Amino acid sequence: MKMSRTFKFVYKLGIMLVAALAALLMASIILWMIGADVSQTFYTICFLPLTKTLHMTEVLIRAIPLCILALGISIAYRSGIINIGAEGQMAMGVLAFTAVALAAPDLPRPLLLPMALLAGVLGGGLWGFIPGILKAKLKVSELLSTVMLNYIAAQFYTFCLRVLMLDPAEKMTGSGTPQSMRLTANIELGRLSGRLHYGLFIALVLAVLVYLLMWKTTFGYKMRAAGSQDRAARYGGINVSKYLAISMIISGGFAGLAGGIEIAGVHRRAIEGVTNNYGFSGVVVALFGGLHPAGIVPASFLFGLLIYGSTLAPTRVGVPANIVQVMQGLIIIVIVTAQMVLSNKYLEARMCRRWNALFHKQKEVA
Amino acid sequence: MDFVVNLLAMCVPFSVALLLASIGEMFNQRAGVFNLGCEGVMAMGAFIGMLVPFMIGKGGEVANYWNYLGILAAVMVGALLGLFFGLIVVTFRAPQGIAGIGLQMFGVGTAGTLFRHFVGGTQSVVGIPNSPVPLLSKIPVVGDIFFNHNLLVYFAFLFVPVAWYILFKTSWGLKVRAVGTYPRAADSMGINVNKTRYQALMLGGALAALSGAYLSLAQAKMFSQSLIAGRGFIAVALVYFGHWHPVQIMGGALLFSLAQTFQAAIQGLGINFPYEFAVMLPYVLVIVVLSFTSRNQTTSPSALGKPFNREIRT
Repeated sequence: MKMSRTFKFVYKLGIMLVAALAALLMASIILWMIGADVSQTFYTICFLPLTKTLHMTEVLIRAIPLCILALGISIAYRSGIINIGAEGQMAMGVLAFTAVALAAPDLPRPLLLPMALLAGVLGGGLWGFIPGILKAKLKVSELLSTVMLNYIAAQFYTFCLRVLMLDPAEKMTGSGTPQSMRLTANIELGRLSGRLHYGLFIALVLAVLVYLLMWKTTFGYKMRAAGSQDRAARYGGINVSKYLAISMIISGGFAGLAGGIEIAGVHRRAIEGVTNNYGFSGVVVALFGGLHPAGIVPASFLFGLLIYGSTLAPTRVGVPANIVQVMQGLIIIVIVTAQMVLSNKYLEARMCRRWNALFHKQKEVA
Repeated sequence: MDFVVNLLAMCVPFSVALLLASIGEMFNQRAGVFNLGCEGVMAMGAFIGMLVPFMIGKGGEVANYWNYLGILAAVMVGALLGLFFGLIVVTFRAPQGIAGIGLQMFGVGTAGTLFRHFVGGTQSVVGIPNSPVPLLSKIPVVGDIFFNHNLLVYFAFLFVPVAWYILFKTSWGLKVRAVGTYPRAADSMGINVNKTRYQALMLGGALAALSGAYLSLAQAKMFSQSLIAGRGFIAVALVYFGHWHPVQIMGGALLFSLAQTFQAAIQGLGINFPYEFAVMLPYVLVIVVLSFTSRNQTTSPSALGKPFNREIRT
């Protein structure tokens, strides 16, 4: 059947609009249930942070880890693994980063900072390697193993902060806040404005590197092949399980790096709740960005906006910050649903027939 | 000896939340739908379950039947969420794994949002009291372990043979297994594949929500945002472990709750052991168990995770 370009455009646009409206409607229902001012809430979350420079820098410091995490998650996703363990991988990256910083605080910055970041990459990479190898060799569902590793990492993280890395000052005062001591100035990333740090450029450079890796090298091609059609890839001589494991190491490494950068740029000590649900938000960002760096960069800004905006919501409009999680869940659901509807050729053909009937009839009448 | 009995008496009620959610997930998976949103449905069930008696009693004591009305409300919300998930993965045929993550985030987020608004902070409820079984609870050892719990515990364990009966001995159970094993054949025999999947999803959602309500009303007697703590995901893993069979799932649920009581055992014996590692144990166990059971899955429903489309020949 012939489909005119106008039809295709209207069809795609229509489905996306309906999907976006459905998500908005459901979020509005939840807001309405708690008696909040719906339009005011959306304004606070989506636009208010854009009005001040200070707000903007806060949005960007949330976009940085989101971007790096989502890049890693998109690599794994393209290779056929849904990595929802970025939360745990990030925590392990933070621990490795902090361990190096605590072990050698006197090394000069040009040596120590890259070393600590590398340790973060290795920590996260190791944590990503476990579900990768389990999936490749033993067919363990990565959806379950990564979630379990999140909980294990969260417990291990608390243990390290509470016992191994506990700030001596906390021990003396006995307040018992589980956090490490303030790390040496030699691991700090410089800042641009407010708390906004040079991690911004690292994230942007990584986005370019991921694009080059995935679309301009044979290595990336093989990973994408393993992800899109594993049987065909195997027939083509690609060692699918090897690329699965490698993609998870890279994905975990990105998460670990995001953790290290978060400490080096923002907190400068390992604190509780540093991962801040970024691991799950990263999945949403990766999907929203179409699993492509060119989409992930703007998407991470958008979700940085939502996450920061939701922290303003409790005081400004009396809406709990958890609303951002509701929105993210809805966005995932709507994206995957809209994708399926868009790829349904039968539905498209049916709609096209109706479209043609509608317009040809009009022509005949005229 | 007393200590061991106490541990086992703790282990039985601990296993109920896993058991109910896991049986529900088993119905989903037998019908061919992989519902990873179990965690989110449990969170909603836990919240709704405790909200009803909390709102009625303004945080104070309420008549016991309000607890059961809370459970009823939770079950209904769970069935609705099952319906919603059905719309996404059955009607629109979205990929089930990632859609389940979406449902999980939606459920946990909504429960958290509503909780912050309606309840505020940690508030305990009176919850469901223990109802010892007359006579049987007087038996030494066995009585304490099995017959000195609340009604939901008995219900959960009695539901195991019921689930077995539904799945293997009723025509609806046959339909569920058919649409999860070979939907095309079921379709040509006049079984409405999508309708059966919707029904299984609603039952699964209702059971997951019941399990959540059990956690908030009977086990913890409060709601917090970290109440579920991955039990929904463990329940999904238990279905694999139990080979999609209710009785084996029950065994798995007991084993995992034994791992959860490990933490209490350490504290009880006064062993100096970091509690974080004790909390980790069930999660580690899931990974170990999956590593051993995932490779040879001959018993898994063969259409698991595959959306059915009448229009496409396969």
